[in-house]
Amino acid sequence: MTNLPPDIWQPVWLTIELAAITTVILLIVGTPIAWWLARSKAWWKEGIAAVVALPLVLPPTVLGFYLLVLMGPDGPGGALAALWGGRTVAFTFGGLVFGSVIYSMPFVVQPIRNAFDAIGDRPLEVAATLRASPLKAFWTVAVPLARPGFLAGAVLGFAHTVGEFGIVLMIGGNIPGSTKVLSVAIYDYVETSQWREANILAGGMAAFAFVVILTMMMLEKRTARIRA
Amino acid sequence: MRALSPPTIRAAFRGQLGGFKLDAAFTVPATGITGLFGPSGCGKSSVLRCLAGLQHLPASSCEVSGEVWQDDTTFLKPHHRPIGYVFQEASLFQHLSVRANLLYGAPHESVKTHADAVEFDEVIELLGLAKLLERSPRNLSGGERQRVAIGRALLSQPKLLLMDEPLSALDRLTKDEILPFLERLHARLSLPVIYVSHDITEIERLADHLVLMQAGKVLAVGPLAELQSDPKLPLAIARDAAVNFDAEVESYDSNYGLVTLQIDGGRLLVPSAPVASGELRRVRIAASDVSLARELPQASSILNAVAARIVTTSPVGANEMLVVLALGREGHGGRLLARLSRRSWDLLRLAEGVDVYAQIKGVALAPGRDGHA
Repeated sequence: MTNLPPDIWQPVWLTIELAAITTVILLIVGTPIAWWLARSKAWWKEGIAAVVALPLVLPPTVLGFYLLVLMGPDGPGGALAALWGGRTVAFTFGGLVFGSVIYSMPFVVQPIRNAFDAIGDRPLEVAATLRASPLKAFWTVAVPLARPGFLAGAVLGFAHTVGEFGIVLMIGGNIPGSTKVLSVAIYDYVETSQWREANILAGGMAAFAFVVILTMMMLEKRTARIRA
Repeated sequence: MRALSPPTIRAAFRGQLGGFKLDAAFTVPATGITGLFGPSGCGKSSVLRCLAGLQHLPASSCEVSGEVWQDDTTFLKPHHRPIGYVFQEASLFQHLSVRANLLYGAPHESVKTHADAVEFDEVIELLGLAKLLERSPRNLSGGERQRVAIGRALLSQPKLLLMDEPLSALDRLTKDEILPFLERLHARLSLPVIYVSHDITEIERLADHLVLMQAGKVLAVGPLAELQSDPKLPLAIARDAAVNFDAEVESYDSNYGLVTLQIDGGRLLVPSAPVASGELRRVRIAASDVSLARELPQASSILNAVAARIVTTSPVGANEMLVVLALGREGHGGRLLARLSRRSWDLLRLAEGVDVYAQIKGVALAPGRDGHA
């Protein structure tokens, strides 16, 4: 490949970094939420479930707008940024991570919750009658049995973070090395008629999406076989 | 430790459970197998769940061998109760091997405590699990799964084993395969067991004590034979009514293939494979297999005619009589049931207090508890 701009790969690495960090945070934050949604008997839990699922139906620009308000100089994000002398968390990598976590939350929480739901009460009751504390039962029974849900959640969360555009534009902007991610880079190349570069990145994305979907389907099949 | 009074299980569970009201209180000895028997949906499984702490009914209490598990101020969570629980479906952990399932609740080697701890090898041998250890629960038959579940519960070193219809999800053949294992457990381990079932044949083979339940309430509590022979309870009135005796082998006649059994108040001759003297066996005598005679029958093909005294009698339907007998010439022995036609009753001029001979047409001998029969 000749004459490729030297910084064409920077957005790729940035995107992978963002998606990886977001996925890890989502697994840590999303698992207790999914657990609570699956196990709680509170009547209002479906309300919380709906809030978590909101990004599925909201236009990313709407979500991005509210996040911008939240993170801007006059919002809590501004107060937070003041702690280290900044003006705002928007237009920073950290802000982007925060936005991605919110945006990709349902894609991680939903599969994990479904997996916890599918386990039912019985294995946990069995564990309790075998002297396992709730924490031990969670780690040694619920998590291993929900493994396909965790895999699906991680894959979907990662993929959605890679693909987001609207929110990035709203809260991330287009700062190379900091917030200029893959989807924004493609948009940029198209804007400036650099079709070949756009093609390379877009083609890579398409291949990536295919691999993700294929992995998902194979996981599904494996799970179905195990459950049978 | 209250060493003097024998340990007991005292339970009283009250509350609304779904569609029905549970109000069950009973005290049973913390030894042997206590059957919790009643029709489906009478609340016996709920009682077991309450004993395990899986269900929390306020205003209830539960005390096992002097330890309070639940009262007005206490409620031990299930994982703090020294129980083993066997569910109707084996509910093995699908992601673990049979060995890992068995060891899931086992205390670590370093904490292995009391001398009467259940040993891994002993459980494997008792339940015939040696060949299954490295397999996945997915590839086991229903009977194998349930045996693993029982072994898993035992290896958690419980002080009380709770079994919730452990055989009812299995077919007849598999049931017959597992019952001997349970009988061996009973004979070998000193662990108290509460065994829920709606199948009287399981209760008859296993239980020492019985809690009879109906519509969320306890109908009667007592030793198995006592409740079986109480004409006021549904067991004795049932068409397949029977009583069980724990019998001791006195001798074996290899010439005729007959074993002489000593029961409370008499002796029985029963066809059997060879057995050693002194062995304990359980026999079952159905009420419909017992007929009465005024005198010792002289010429009869029936092997067993035991002296007995009529204790009480009650009509069943229009034309039958249910007779409760006390074995022995003075009527000091165990209770036996007989079902007669009203005509025979009148012809023989039978009455309460009359001495008779009980002719026993059939005695069912449970397979050996050591598993060699």
